[in-house]
Amino acid sequence: MQTIIITTVAITVIGLLVGAGLVFVGNKYKVEVDEREAAVRAELPGNNCGACGYAGCDALAAAVAAGEAPVNGCPVGGGPVAEKVAAIMGVTAGAVEKKAAFVKCKGSCEVTKNHGNYVGIKDCRAAVNAGLSLAECDFGCVGLGSCVSVCPEGAIRVVDGVAVVNEGKCIGCGLCAKACPKHLIEIKPVAKRVAVQCSNRDKGPTVKQVCQAGCIGCMLCVRQCEFGAITVENNLAHVDYDKCTQCGKCAAKCPVKVILPPTEG
Amino acid sequence: MKKTFFGGVHPDDAKALSRDAKLTRFLPKGEMVYPLSQHIGKPARAVVKKGDSVLAGQVIGEADGFVSANVICSCSGKVKAVEKRRSISGALLECVVVENDGQFTSLDADRYCKRRDTSKFTKDDILSAVKAAGIVGLGGAGFPTHVKLGPKNPDAIRYIIANGAECEPYLTGNDHLMREEANAIVEGMQLLVGMFPNATGVICIEENKPEAISAMQKAAAGKKDIEVLPLHTKYPQGGERSLIQAVAGVDFPVTSLPADVGCIVQNVGTVYAIQRAVCFGEPLFTHVLTVTGEGVECPMNLIVPDGTSVAEIIEFAGGFKGGKEPKKVLAGGPMMGFAMSSVDVPVVKTTNGITILANDPAEIAERQMTACLRCGRCTTVCPQGLMPQMMAEAWEAGNEERYEKKLYGLECIQCGSCAYICPAKRPLTQVFKQAKAEIMAKKRAQAAGGKK
Repeated sequence: MQTIIITTVAITVIGLLVGAGLVFVGNKYKVEVDEREAAVRAELPGNNCGACGYAGCDALAAAVAAGEAPVNGCPVGGGPVAEKVAAIMGVTAGAVEKKAAFVKCKGSCEVTKNHGNYVGIKDCRAAVNAGLSLAECDFGCVGLGSCVSVCPEGAIRVVDGVAVVNEGKCIGCGLCAKACPKHLIEIKPVAKRVAVQCSNRDKGPTVKQVCQAGCIGCMLCVRQCEFGAITVENNLAHVDYDKCTQCGKCAAKCPVKVILPPTEG
Repeated sequence: MKKTFFGGVHPDDAKALSRDAKLTRFLPKGEMVYPLSQHIGKPARAVVKKGDSVLAGQVIGEADGFVSANVICSCSGKVKAVEKRRSISGALLECVVVENDGQFTSLDADRYCKRRDTSKFTKDDILSAVKAAGIVGLGGAGFPTHVKLGPKNPDAIRYIIANGAECEPYLTGNDHLMREEANAIVEGMQLLVGMFPNATGVICIEENKPEAISAMQKAAAGKKDIEVLPLHTKYPQGGERSLIQAVAGVDFPVTSLPADVGCIVQNVGTVYAIQRAVCFGEPLFTHVLTVTGEGVECPMNLIVPDGTSVAEIIEFAGGFKGGKEPKKVLAGGPMMGFAMSSVDVPVVKTTNGITILANDPAEIAERQMTACLRCGRCTTVCPQGLMPQMMAEAWEAGNEERYEKKLYGLECIQCGSCAYICPAKRPLTQVFKQAKAEIMAKKRAQAAGGKK
């Protein structure tokens, strides 16, 4: 009988001591969990594409909850997701600028051509690795569709030898831009339509030899622009999308029509 | 049984086209273009400018750093420009363009014909002569020879191997060089063997070149440290690793160098260039080149100056057969060579052949391509003992780690045996080339990022 009492008392005392220790340690090393982080994470699309600049949706959610990232940080989710995230965070969402991929090449079969009789793996990266200069233009689209194969939304196609983006479908994740061996694709705001469809950094006469639609670096667009939004660097024009007001004067004046006009047609 | 290596294939060698054509010296008339990067390593630095007069044998590009090589002018004339030009590999490279006056006036008064006294030459004299001459590995890779000849531990070198295997189908240039310059090659070998106290020289020749074997044996008769070793005819017998396996009986990973297992392999063309550089002071500005294939009128073995336009060489060989544009023009042979997108490019030190194909085997293969049959033939022929079908599968599935760590994909020497033997006509070698390029690019980026 005595044995039972001693055992019971001993175990009870040990239990109380351990319990007190756990409570103490638990309080001391408590990790603050932000409930909003989990809530934000639940609203994000979960593609883990990395287009926001963070290492996946978990990282973005943590950054949003910590106030380091804007509530409209997810370009894939766009407006609807931003609103929900803003509600969780208790702020109002600013307008989300929809971004989409843009191919800086206009080199279709009509204006330039491929040569070199390439036979092999149908992939731009493999073809470029093979060392052949496939297109007449060294900077232009290879047209074998490395971007097409990585697009999760089927938003990019190769039409007439050059990649074309369907802006409605594009989620702006930027995987195509990473896949392109010629670095032709940039992610730009859809609303800013005026952009240069060329990446050729050669001098004008050399460009003329290989492509009828290439930027010749003539500077006419720079002179037209009243807002200083266009610069020509290495014989190639580039539009500063923040400064551009979509007036379209540059596009109208461009002798090779390589600048997209602000409206269709 | 002749010595050889594990694996390999037996493609039709097609050497009959040019095997009876004697070496002919070709002097081009057109402008000459010298890319400053004709070797592995840092491009040379141009030391001439527009308007300068240059002579044959003059250094126009100076080696920039240790792993780099001089670029030598092969004609006389005026420098027209130093600009970006399309090279034989299709890339745009910085080149020195020289307007050729057709005289080929030499920098050396004796036109590199006067023999120097080499009896007192030390190891360093030979090395500096090789370096000054801008000699690079003429087998195709173009690794600067002076770097290869300066291993960390010279006493450990057991074999100097002269590579006269010429296993690449179609090419016969080295065959003829060995037939006609056997004595010079043996002398070059003696110079090299003399640099290493414990080394013996082995001249390896595939047994499909009986004339070359007998010529070399005759030249090497009585030279106790030089041996001529006929090898089994099999592709890629002339690969550095295959040769070492045949001669020294050792297999070693790609991460270590031949010098680590006591071997130095030099192409016979390189050995000949070394002999010319040391004994006559002649820099490397001409080399042996085979222009061959079913699509050319008159297949030939030529000695061409570097910088000659490929178009001019083809014209000299009678032009395209029947005046018809061929299906494919290759720089090199059909196994290791690469297709060219234009013939208006200059040949460089390492261009040992121009093969003009009337039919394009790659195009035919593409039409017949099917899914992998899992027959395993690629595994049996791989000279590196790899499993090509699994490597391709891993890479195509995006499993880079498995490709590199489990299947040892980077050990691939890209000889093309697997793609050659594949009954399903899968473009295996191209997959491995791409994989290597992308993995190495990633590693370089990581290394550069680590330094910052």
